Amino acid sequence: MTTTHRRIRVLVAKPGLDGHDRGARVIVSAFRDAGFEVVYTGLHQTPEAIVEAALQEDADVVALSILSGAHMTLLPRVKALLDEAGLDDVLVTGGGIIPDEDAEALHAAGIGRLFGPGTRTGDAVAYIRTWFASSRRAAT
Amino acid sequence: MAAVAGRAEAPEREMARSLAEGCGAGERAALARAISVVEDRRPGFRELLARVAANGRRAHRTGITGPPGAGKSTLAAALARVWRDAGEEVGIVAVDPTSPYSGGALLGDRVRMAPLRLDRGVFIRSMATRGAGGGLAEAVHDVIDLMEGTGFGRILLETVGVGQTELGVAEAADTVVVVLTPESGDEVQAMKAGLAEVADIFVVNKADRPEARALVRRLRDAVGLGRGRGGGTPGAGARAKEDGAPGWNPPVLTAVATAGDGIIALADAVEDHRRSLAESGVQEARRIARAEARIRAEVRAVLEAHLGRVAGGGGFAEAARMVAGGRETVYEAAQRLLAGGGILSRDLAP
Repeated sequence: MTTTHRRIRVLVAKPGLDGHDRGARVIVSAFRDAGFEVVYTGLHQTPEAIVEAALQEDADVVALSILSGAHMTLLPRVKALLDEAGLDDVLVTGGGIIPDEDAEALHAAGIGRLFGPGTRTGDAVAYIRTWFASSRRAAT
Repeated sequence: MAAVAGRAEAPEREMARSLAEGCGAGERAALARAISVVEDRRPGFRELLARVAANGRRAHRTGITGPPGAGKSTLAAALARVWRDAGEEVGIVAVDPTSPYSGGALLGDRVRMAPLRLDRGVFIRSMATRGAGGGLAEAVHDVIDLMEGTGFGRILLETVGVGQTELGVAEAADTVVVVLTPESGDEVQAMKAGLAEVADIFVVNKADRPEARALVRRLRDAVGLGRGRGGGTPGAGARAKEDGAPGWNPPVLTAVATAGDGIIALADAVEDHRRSLAESGVQEARRIARAEARIRAEVRAVLEAHLGRVAGGGGFAEAARMVAGGRETVYEAAQRLLAGGGILSRDLAP
């Protein structure tokens, strides 16, 4: 009777202490222009606050912008809290200055692709679309 | 409700049952998922709503509306804080516009609600309008119903930044707070025919700015003339005549939301209004009016979907060519399609 209107919902957050959110703002605009519903939560988010927001917003994707160098602690923490909240089907991805070997280690820990400086926003959009299409979340 | 339930397929019924149970038990994850099901109009959403409604809980709904940049989010967060301190649980729905070009949306109200981040007694959900008019989203009533059924006794509904015509909030809320700033002073004249008429309470935010006093004075003059719903003399708005609380004159308050000034007085005014609605019986009248508007909207949507199936895109396209070519009028085409869809008998066509 009524057609469904599934949209990909992405929570964009900046954990940690650095105050640079230009990159986050650029990606927020790119995601919106790609047709995503983007919840932007602002600066200085704790992993606990990010996960609580992702839960309330029923986000499909949590995209984190990390420039502070704390990615090896913050990303696994967010992932662990999501799992704990029963949100193990949420994609954790992000961007920032993250060395390849760190990205590999994080990937092994269940974190999605991480995008470095100079990434075209279209790549991140395409990555999320492809992930979503085959995810458990698309089926619900 | 049982009849609706009987029509859903098994996995959808199971989903509706388990999410409704979760909501009934106050589980936040269940509420979050239930909101998505309802917002996306996924299969089973009607049964889910019916089951959650059966919890029989009631919440007071406060709408916050006003022009862009008036400080709605900050004010909503501050008001929620006051209610939390009083031990109440608060559900917040914050609506932002969907881009008509991409279909995407930037939902940024959480940035200003940072103080509520980790409070388990608050549940914030951002919604995109997804093409709906009125400053709200189509499913906003349903989402509020879900929060209500999950046990949030106070609901705050923040609209998109609105002008004169986006007045859906009057239907969705029991108490409407219109937020203005000194900068919006020039708009007040124009707004008399719109936003001002749905206000139960005015707040002049950013009241530490110089032009605030003039705006307060102008608003009080306007209210004194019987504007606003339920003003002594019925205002020009239909709602003012039908369901304003008798004797309620919209107060004009001042606030500096970023500093927390004026928020207690605002909470008191909302409480006064709630009591006035309840004691006058107008609360019930508003609920009935809201229900009727929602039923009418649903009937329209179902009829339109039905017609779309019967006539198909082709039926409409062909009729459009006929009308554009001058071989049929708009009214003849509409009646032909309605009759073809079995909605209008040919004999009864006016």
